[in-house]
Order: sequence, then structure tokens, then C-alpha cells
Amino acid sequence: MTALRRIDPPGLLFGAMGVGALLLPFLHFRPNRIVLGDAVHLGPFYVAMVSGLLAIGMLRLPQWARLGSGVAGAMLLVWLAGALAAELSDGAPAAARVSPASGAWLGLAAFVLLIADALSKMRLALSLRMAALALACGAVAGLLLSGHLAQISVLQEYAARRDVFAAQSLRHLTLAFGSLVGALIVGLPLGLLLYHERRLRTGVMGILNLLQTTPSLALFGMMIPLLSWVAANVPGAAEMGIAGIGFAPALIALFLYSLLPVVGNTVVGLDNASPLAREAARGMGMTPAQVLARVSIPLALPVIMAAVRIVLVQNIGLAVIAGLIGGGGYGTFVFQGLNQTATDLILLGAVPTVAMALVAGIALDLAAEAFER
Amino acid sequence: MIEVQSVSRRFDDLTAVEDVTLTVGQGEMVALVGTSGSGKTTLLRMINRLVEPTSGRILLNGVDTGTLKPHLLRRRIGYAIQGHGLFPHYTVAQNIAVVPELLRWPKDRIRERVDALLALFQMPPVEFRDRYPAALSGGQQQRVGVARALAAEPEVLLMDEPFGALDPVTRARAQADLRAVQARLGTTTVVVTHDMEEAIALGDRIAVLDRGRLVQYAAPAQILTAPANDFVGQLIGQSERPFRLLALSRVSDHLEPGAAPGTPIDAESSARDALAECLWSGRDALPVVRDGKPVGRVTMAALAAHAGGPG
Repeated sequence: MTALRRIDPPGLLFGAMGVGALLLPFLHFRPNRIVLGDAVHLGPFYVAMVSGLLAIGMLRLPQWARLGSGVAGAMLLVWLAGALAAELSDGAPAAARVSPASGAWLGLAAFVLLIADALSKMRLALSLRMAALALACGAVAGLLLSGHLAQISVLQEYAARRDVFAAQSLRHLTLAFGSLVGALIVGLPLGLLLYHERRLRTGVMGILNLLQTTPSLALFGMMIPLLSWVAANVPGAAEMGIAGIGFAPALIALFLYSLLPVVGNTVVGLDNASPLAREAARGMGMTPAQVLARVSIPLALPVIMAAVRIVLVQNIGLAVIAGLIGGGGYGTFVFQGLNQTATDLILLGAVPTVAMALVAGIALDLAAEAFER
Repeated sequence: MIEVQSVSRRFDDLTAVEDVTLTVGQGEMVALVGTSGSGKTTLLRMINRLVEPTSGRILLNGVDTGTLKPHLLRRRIGYAIQGHGLFPHYTVAQNIAVVPELLRWPKDRIRERVDALLALFQMPPVEFRDRYPAALSGGQQQRVGVARALAAEPEVLLMDEPFGALDPVTRARAQADLRAVQARLGTTTVVVTHDMEEAIALGDRIAVLDRGRLVQYAAPAQILTAPANDFVGQLIGQSERPFRLLALSRVSDHLEPGAAPGTPIDAESSARDALAECLWSGRDALPVVRDGKPVGRVTMAALAAHAGGPG
């Protein structure tokens, strides 16, 4: 029993993930970018090192020790991937590819979860958590710039598309943030209106719900004739880049998907802003506008901020779909990859998307916390 | 001075307040008492026009409130509610400063006023000014709520169950504080309560409402000795009546010459406390002191005689 008490329950889960990772292949060595290739496993020495680090994470040790083992484990796996890839590629034909296999991804996930778990249990001050996020972003950027991972297949795909990649990143951000800003400009006043006019709620929320549940492909399909007509008949529209497919319908679709969370949370936030505080505000002689500006909106802000977070993370993910209709963004790589059955190219679109959503989510959480004090 | 003249309020087919006429004199504190649904809160909220009367009118210092802009009227009237209604995102000082800010008082005047009010409610400004309501006890929140209502030196103070959320000990202290502050500032005050004990403790006069009608409007002693009908009698509570009556007078009102054994009682204590002390210590009389000097005695017989009804 005493031995059991020394085990950290989430650590046990990460440990199990890690063991699974060690049993699975670590890398794939493939003659070209499309075929499957041979599995490469880690040698016994590295298996022992990884197991040791996982064991530290499984024990009820001071959290800085678990954090340390997580960081060390993640760094070890990344270093191994880069070094092994370089070794395998050395002297191999130019078309050959080395890509991380399930073992590498699962192992990295186990250590990243261990880091996250240790960090959350350390209850760091806000500023330290902000610093940790910046440090993690910096470390990843530094790693990519160092060229250590250059022989990994995803980065070889990147190398072949270096100039397009930057433009598509910018396009992806524009889609996600642009639709969010649009949703705020329209959604906040709309939420305010519905807060005052209860009669309109059922109708408007019904429409927004309908939009939210419309599959994106159907939405795109409906926009093709609409926007083509606009482009053909509204002067200047075509010059602005509005067309049946491309950037404009993608942005509009994301905007429409963002409306429900923004409007819904604005209404709920305002509704739930302490009724006593509002009653007191009115009783002390505030005008309706003053009650709204000084009491209701500030009290609703945390709920509205939650909507901003949901929308931003959701839109970063959803923006991939723009690739389907030539709207640009990381989806371009994902759909090209799907067409060519080139997994590495799919990952070149998928991994940055996930990373961007993750960073945006954490950054907004931290911002919301900073805001509330 | 508040003059309520034949005021009624109907909500759809429900009559909340029916033809109520009453006057609250300058500097007076009046308690509106009744059960839930008696219309007491609606009546209070008509004074600052959070609810508009269906008929009748209300004069504030001789001016018909219906002729004023509601939000400007409310800035002249202090308003404190149950559960305090403090703004959770404002500090104590910002909360108290709400109405003075609305009235655009100069900054230093607001600051002075906030500190003076905090001191008045025995909350050292240095310690409490910058706290948020969440960091205060229930009693402190309530005091800030009352201080906020008094901040702009209102002509009238309205309170709706101001101490309803407090525990009995804190509530008794809050009532005593309010009484003292009100006596000092001389603010005309109307307080709504469902608790007759609180009404007796606070009110110079008590207005009893039943199903929207004013059934009795009189001083506490008169309400206790001559309830207008059975409903008022029930509100008083038959078994509590003698003690509540005694609670209205001081020991000094029943003072007689002579001496008595045992621990003395202060002349300013309530007669109810004196009777309780007699019963508890098994004495027929207590020595009375004022400022520590013996001034006579009070007997259980005298107290008992006072506690009886007129019959």
C-alpha cells in the first residue's frame, strides 16, 4: 500500500503512454515520400533513459523534479529524432524520407502532458506562467531554426515550400482573427439588442443555431452562387477579391460560425450580471446607459472573454477548411497532402494549426486572468 | 419630508398597494412592516420611482416626484437593499463614491466624504478604502452598502430589508449603528422590514401594511398596546408583547430611590434587560448606576406593572 501511495495518478497515465510509445516504432525510413518504409526502434540505452525519466514523472516527487524530467524527456526525444534522421539520411538517395512514427509522437505527447501537469500543480504566479509560455514558444522556434531537425520529412516538405509557408501562415491568421473581429463587431451589439429585447431571442438564436450546425461544405456550396452574383453585379466587389470560391467565402463562413458563441455568451453574461448590483445601480440614479457601461458590461466581461477564447481556438482549427475552396491558410497543405497521399505534407498543415490553436488558447486564458485582477 | 397621497399600484389584475396615504416627517425614521406580498417594498420603490404609481402622488419636500426626471430624483435619495448590491468590480471607496461621482463632486470632496463615512461606520479608511467587497464580512458589506446610500448627503434614505441577510448578533449591532448614524445626520429614513422586532428597534413610527392597505401608522408603543386589528396583533406576537414594550423604555424611566443587593445595572440599559437580569439572578430589585455612581434602584414590580397592557 505504501508503494501505491507514492504513485502520482496522472503520472501513471503518462507512464503507460510512454511504455506504449517505446513499443511502437520511433521513426519510419522510407525510400520516397509516399511509400510506407521500414520501422526504426530506439536502442536499449535510450529506452532505459526514456523509461527512467517516465518513472520520475510517475512518482510523487516535488513538482520541479517532475517538470525537469518532462523537459528532459521531450528534449531527449526531439534530439534523438533529429540525430537518427541525420544518421539515416547520410548517404541515402535524395528522395528518401525519415519521418517520426507513432512512437515518437506518443512519447512526445506523454512528456508534454507531464510538463503541463507539473506546471499546473506548481501553481506558478501569472507572470511566471506567461514567461513559461514565451520560453516554450522560443524553444520551439529556436529548435526549428537550428536545423537540427532538417532531415525530418515534415521539415523537408517545409524546405520545399518555404516562401509559400509564410504567406499561408499569415493567411491562416487573417482568416481566424479577421472572422473573430467581424463576429465581435456584429455579435456584441446583437447580443446587447437581444438582452434588451427578449422577444427577438428565440428567433435570432434559432437562426444562429441553424448556421452553427450547417456543415461547412453546404455553407460553401450556398455561397458560390450568392458571392458570384455579388462579384458580377456589385461594382468594386470583384476588385476587392470577392468571388464564389476563395478567401471571401471562407472568411464569411468562419464569421458565421463565430456568431453563436459571441452573441450567446454576451446575452448570458449580461443576464447573469448580478441583478442586485443592477438594481442598486438603477436605484442610485444611474441612467440605463450608465448601468450598462459601468455595471452590466464589466460584470459580463469574463463570460464574453470565454466566448472570444472559444471562437479563436475554434476558428484556427476550422480555417483549415478554407484550403478546400482555395481560401488559403494551412488547409492548402492539408488538402494537397491528401490528394498526393503525402502524410508529411498533411502534417505540415496540421501541426502548425494545432500549435497555433494551443498557444492562442493558453495566451487568452492568461490574458483573461490578468484582466480580471 | 415625504408625503404619500392616496397612492395605488396595480400589476395587471393584482393590486399591490391600495390607496395609501402617509407622511414621513423631516428627520423621522419610519418602518414599513408587513408579510410578504403586503406591498411594503412596492410602496418603498414608488418613493424613488423604481415603480410608478398607478394613481395618487408622492411629494418630496413639497415637490411632486412625478414631475422630476427619475434618475435625477434617485440621486437625491439614498437607496440600500438586502444583500447590499455592492459592485463586485469596484473597491469600497469606488462603491461609496458612485452617487457623488454621478453628481460630479470634486475629487477631494469625494475622498473626504468616503473617509468620513467609513470612519462613521467604524471601518478605518486606510484599511478598508481599497478593498473589494468580496474581501469584507457580511456585516462590513452591509455597512458599506448603507454608507454608499448616504454618500451624497441625500434628503431621504430608503432601505429595503437592509439587514435581512445578517446573523442575529451582527444584525443587532447594525441596527444600533444605523440608529446612531441616523440620529446624528438627521436623514429622513424609510426602512422596509418583515420583522416587527426590527421595526420596533428602528422606527420612530411604524406603518403596518396588509394586502396593500395601510392598517396602522403609529409609534411603536401604541402599536404594541393598541394594535388596530388582529393582523397587527399577530405581527407583534402575543407572547412577545410585554418584552417588546419593555424594550422601548430605559431603566432610568422606572428609577426609584433606595438600595438593592448585587451587581448594579446601567441607567441607560433597556427595561427589558433589567427584567431579564431580575429573573436570571432571582432578585426583586437591582441597584442602578449612572456613570458608575449609584442613583437608586429598579424593582421587578415596577417593570412588571409597565409591561402589562392597558386593560
